[in-house]
Amino acid sequence: MDELIWIFISALLINNFTLTYFLGICPFLGVSGRLDTALRLGLANIFVMLITAVCSWALNAYILPYAPYLRLISFIIVIASTVQLVEMAIKKLSPELFRALGIFLPLITTNCAILGLALFATNKGYGLVEGLFYALGAGGGVTLALVLMAGIREETRLLDIPKVVEGTALNLIIAGILSMAFMGFAGLFSAS
Amino acid sequence: MNQPQTINQSAEEFLKGLWKENPVFVAVLGMCPTLAVTNTAINSLAMGLATTFVLVFSSLLVSSFRKLIPKQVRITAFIIIIATFVTVVDFVLAATVPQIHKELGAFIALIVVNCLILGRQEAFSSKHPVGLALADALGMSIGFTFALLCIGSIREILGSGALFNIPLFGDGFEPWVIMILPPGGFFTLGFLLLFFNWLQQRRAKGVGHRA
Repeated sequence: MDELIWIFISALLINNFTLTYFLGICPFLGVSGRLDTALRLGLANIFVMLITAVCSWALNAYILPYAPYLRLISFIIVIASTVQLVEMAIKKLSPELFRALGIFLPLITTNCAILGLALFATNKGYGLVEGLFYALGAGGGVTLALVLMAGIREETRLLDIPKVVEGTALNLIIAGILSMAFMGFAGLFSAS
Repeated sequence: MNQPQTINQSAEEFLKGLWKENPVFVAVLGMCPTLAVTNTAINSLAMGLATTFVLVFSSLLVSSFRKLIPKQVRITAFIIIIATFVTVVDFVLAATVPQIHKELGAFIALIVVNCLILGRQEAFSSKHPVGLALADALGMSIGFTFALLCIGSIREILGSGALFNIPLFGDGFEPWVIMILPPGGFFTLGFLLLFFNWLQQRRAKGVGHRA
């Protein structure tokens, strides 16, 4: 149980996908303008990551030993089609959830964080339960980064910012400072 | 009659990727590899070349099959083509330069989801003949490699006081460790973009004066 919690914490804070691996940077810079969209995108991310963890574990355990060179292709196709299926199912079963996650589901599928999760989890040799905890931590980490970024950006809109700095340059510098702050969490490991 | 025009057009498609529509500095595409592996110049170069290979060959294939790929499944088809070439690159790098392959790690595989590559297929290769698609892919990938090399060199020079592993400064130089850590990637690109913004504004003002 201890190990599972460590996997979760390390993916959530210490090795935050967005701020230390630079995965999922596109939505991080693109969609982080408003707090509520950022939160919903983050939740959709967690959701897709959990599905991905199950898919990649199954593929890795049962199919890839026979054809290791198909790893990338099979991951991306299976993830994309599963997400599409799940999207249809949600649309049918719970229109409310669909409205909340809505357009983000298909967008997220081609997000580097998702494929990154599948690759890292199989590289580390995680089983199904470990993989699920890893996915939960990674998704939570992405959500955390998105929400923090959106919060800061909402504040900056009220500030008087020189025109040269506006836009992506400013966002990247803010992200750099956030990333520096998250490096502090690396100390959690030695403390244990 | 038609010949010079196509050559001109190819040259134009090639050149736009280098500067005017540079994928990293102007379009801000393909951010994950741009920031993640640029902690040394040599890694950046390897990543740039790997991306070049994948982009050029995918464009070639997509553009030659553009009339055969049904519109509804085109994105899936593009991704399968791209993933195939990435697998090739992954194995080639593992066989020839295992050290660099190990350092780049999963980021080689992540070239598949580089939005730059899929974006070029969707926006250009699937609509243009092979020659033009090739020119566009080459221009874009050279622009991408150049940008990566820029960031990688800055980070390596400041972060470890060296370039391509050759020490540049004497013993008195205290390396800025932060530059080779993740935050350094964000800062370097942020300040580079800031610098380009500044250049652009200055030029815009200059034009305004003359007019």
